[in-house]
Amino acid sequence: MKALGVRSAFYVGFVVGTCTLYVLLRQVGFTRDLGSGEAHEKSLLEMVEEENKNWKKERSALFNLNHPHHAGEDGTLADTLYKHVRILCWVMTGPNNLEKKARHVKATWSRHCNIVVFISSVDDPDFPTVGLNTKEGRDQLYWKTIRAFHYVMDKHGDEADWFLKADDDTYVIVDNLRWILASHSPEDPVYFGRRFKPYVKQGYMSGGAGYVLSKEALRRFVEGFRTKVCTHTSSVEDLALGQCMEKVGVVAGDSRDTLQRETFHPFVPESHLTGTVSKTFWYWNYCYYPIVQGPQCCSDLAVSFHYVDPSHMYLLEYYTYHLRAFGYKYRYQPPEPNVIQDFNAPDKVETGDIEEKLGVDQQEGEKKSPELNEKL
Amino acid sequence: MRWRAGETDSRTDTTFLLFSGCVYGNECDVVASKCEQSSVLLKELRSSMMSEGSSFMKGLILGGIFCLVMSFFETFNSGTHSEGHEHLHHHLKPVSKDELQKLSESQMSDWTLQVRVYCLIMVTPKLLVHWATANDTWSKHCDKSVFYTSESSKALEAIDLQEQDEWARLRKAIKHAYENAGDLRWFFVARPTTYAIIENLKYLVLDKDPSQPFYIGHTEKSGELDYVEYDSGIVLSYEAMRRLIEIFKDEDRCPERGHALWKTPEEKQLATCLKYTGVFAENGEDAQGKGLFNKKSVSSLISDSMGQNPADVVEACCSDMAITFGGMSPSQIQVLMYGVYRLRPYGHDFHDSLTFLPPNDSDND
Repeated sequence: MKALGVRSAFYVGFVVGTCTLYVLLRQVGFTRDLGSGEAHEKSLLEMVEEENKNWKKERSALFNLNHPHHAGEDGTLADTLYKHVRILCWVMTGPNNLEKKARHVKATWSRHCNIVVFISSVDDPDFPTVGLNTKEGRDQLYWKTIRAFHYVMDKHGDEADWFLKADDDTYVIVDNLRWILASHSPEDPVYFGRRFKPYVKQGYMSGGAGYVLSKEALRRFVEGFRTKVCTHTSSVEDLALGQCMEKVGVVAGDSRDTLQRETFHPFVPESHLTGTVSKTFWYWNYCYYPIVQGPQCCSDLAVSFHYVDPSHMYLLEYYTYHLRAFGYKYRYQPPEPNVIQDFNAPDKVETGDIEEKLGVDQQEGEKKSPELNEKL
Repeated sequence: MRWRAGETDSRTDTTFLLFSGCVYGNECDVVASKCEQSSVLLKELRSSMMSEGSSFMKGLILGGIFCLVMSFFETFNSGTHSEGHEHLHHHLKPVSKDELQKLSESQMSDWTLQVRVYCLIMVTPKLLVHWATANDTWSKHCDKSVFYTSESSKALEAIDLQEQDEWARLRKAIKHAYENAGDLRWFFVARPTTYAIIENLKYLVLDKDPSQPFYIGHTEKSGELDYVEYDSGIVLSYEAMRRLIEIFKDEDRCPERGHALWKTPEEKQLATCLKYTGVFAENGEDAQGKGLFNKKSVSSLISDSMGQNPADVVEACCSDMAITFGGMSPSQIQVLMYGVYRLRPYGHDFHDSLTFLPPNDSDND
C-alpha cells in the first residue's frame, strides 16, 4: 500500500508538473501557439503605441503629429498643402459606435486631418470624445451639429482654416479636400459638399457625404445663433444648416473638379461607378448638378464617400494610399491650385508674403460677391 | 504508565489527552496507550504522507523539466525545419528603386519595349460574365490579349480551341501564343476570374531577361513538386515557352491526355513538364517579401488582416505593387479599376523611372 501510494503520487506529480508548466509557457508565448487571444492582446499594445506616435491628445482633440508618408513617395506638394490649408475634422459619433465605427475612422482617414475631434453625447477622455449635453438619436442630429460647431469655434477657432463635418461612416480623402480648398480663402464666406437642390434656393450640402465650412462661414454660423437669425428649426441637420447658411450669406460652393465631376459622394464607390442607384430613388431629384453614373460619376480626386463600413474603410485606404500601377500615367492631370504657385516660389518663403497673397485673394473674393455684402 | 510532560511529539497528542479530561490514573493509562497507538499511526501516516509528498514534488519538478525540454526541442526542430523549407523556395523580387534610378534613357526605352506582355485568358461560356469583365477591364492593359475558349460564344470574340479538356486546351493555347507572339517576350496565363494589374507585372519582370527561363506566380508545394497556382495567374518568359513547346512533343514525360484514372490539375501538369526542361517555379513578391499574386479578393484579404493585425490592417494586408487578385465580382472589379488607375491623394507623387500610357479604348481607367 505504501509503495503504491508513493509511486502513484510520483506519477500524479509528474502529470501535474507537465501540465502546469505547459500552461505557464503558453501564457508566456514561448511555444508555437496560434491562439488568437494571444495575438489580439499583443496587437492591442501595438495599437496604443502606434497611436501615441501619431497623435497628441489635448483638450479632447487629437492633434496630428506626423502627416502619414508612404515609402518611396515624394509628398512635398501634399506637405505644403498640409501646412497652409489647415483642416479641423469633427466626426459625429456616439458612445455605442466608438468601437464599432469611430475607431476605424481614427485608424484611417482622420490621420490626414490637422486636428480631429470626435463628437458624442458623452465625454470620453480616453478615446477621446467630446460630450455635448445631447442625447443620442436622429432627432438630435442638428443639436449635435450646432453645439459641435460652437465647440470647435470656441476651442480651436484659431488653430484651423477650414472645418469639416463627417459621420463615423464617411470616408474622407483629406489631401483631395485640400486641393479644392487651396484655391479659396478661409476668409470667404463659403462652404462645400455634395450639393442638393430642393428646399433651399442656393442648395444645401448633404450631411452624410460630409461638408466643410470656411472660417468666415463658421463665424457667421455662430454669430447667426447669437443674434437668433438662425435657430434649431428642424432635426434634419443638413437641410437646417443649409437654410441657416443662406440666411447669413454663406455661399454654397461648387466642389466639382475641373472636368465637372463630383468629389463628395453620398454613397459607396460601387453604387456610383456601377450605376446601381435606382431611378425612383430620392437621389435623382436631389442632386444640384446633372447626375452621371458609371466611371465619370466620380473625380479621380474624390473627397468623400458615405455608408462606408469598417472593412470598406480599410479597403478605400488601401486603394487610395497604397495600391497603385507602377509607372502609370494618369489620364486626368489636375492643375495645381492657384495659391500653391506662390508657396513654391523660392524667394517667397516667409509667412509675410503668404499672408499678403491671401489678403489679395480676400479682396478678390469680396469683389466677386457684392450682393452678399449688401445683404449683411 | 505515566504521561511525562514535554514528551509530546505532536500537538494533537496533548490536545487529545486534555480533551479526554484525564491527567493520570488507570483510565489515563488506557487513554494514553490508545493515544500512543494513534500517535504511532499518525507518525506512520505522516511519514508516508511525507514520502508521498516528496515523491509528488519530485514528480512535479521532473514533469516541469520534461515539458521545458519538449518545448525547446519543438521550437528548435520547427525552426530548422522552416529554414530548410525556405531555402527550397525560389523568390523573385522586382528591381530596386536605386537600380532603376541608375538607368540611362536608352536602357529605359529598351526595357519598356522588352517588357511587353501577351495575355492568354482561358475562358469558357460558363464564365461569360467574368469573360466580359476581363475583356472590358484589365485585358486592355496587355500589349496583346487573346481569349482562348473551350467553345465559341456568340456574345464575345475568342479563339475557339474546341477542346473540353483543360490541360489539352492550355497546351493548344500556349502553342498558339508562342507562334503568334511577334516580338512579345512575356506571357501571362489566367482565367477570367483573376484580375491582373499588368503594369505591376511589368515592374516585376523589368530587369529579368526573357531569353532565360522564368516561371513565376504564387508557388505552392505538392510533395516534391513546386508549382505556380493557376488561380492567381502564371507568368512565363519566352524561353520557358520555347522549352514547353519542345517537351509537349514528349508523350511519355508530358502527355497530352493523362493515363491515370484521376485527373491531375493542369497547374501541376504544367509544373511537371517544365521541371523536365529544367524550369522551376518562383514565388513573386515585393521588396518586403509580401506576395504579389493573390487568389483571394481584396475585401477578403482586408477582412483577414482585420482579424490578424487590427493595429495595422492595411500595411499588413497586401502589397502596394500587387499583381493579381481572384474571386472578385464584376462590380468589385469596377471599383478596383477606379482604385488602381484613378483614385489617389493629391500631392503624393511617385517618380517612377518608366512610364506606361493608358490604353486607347477604355473609360474606366
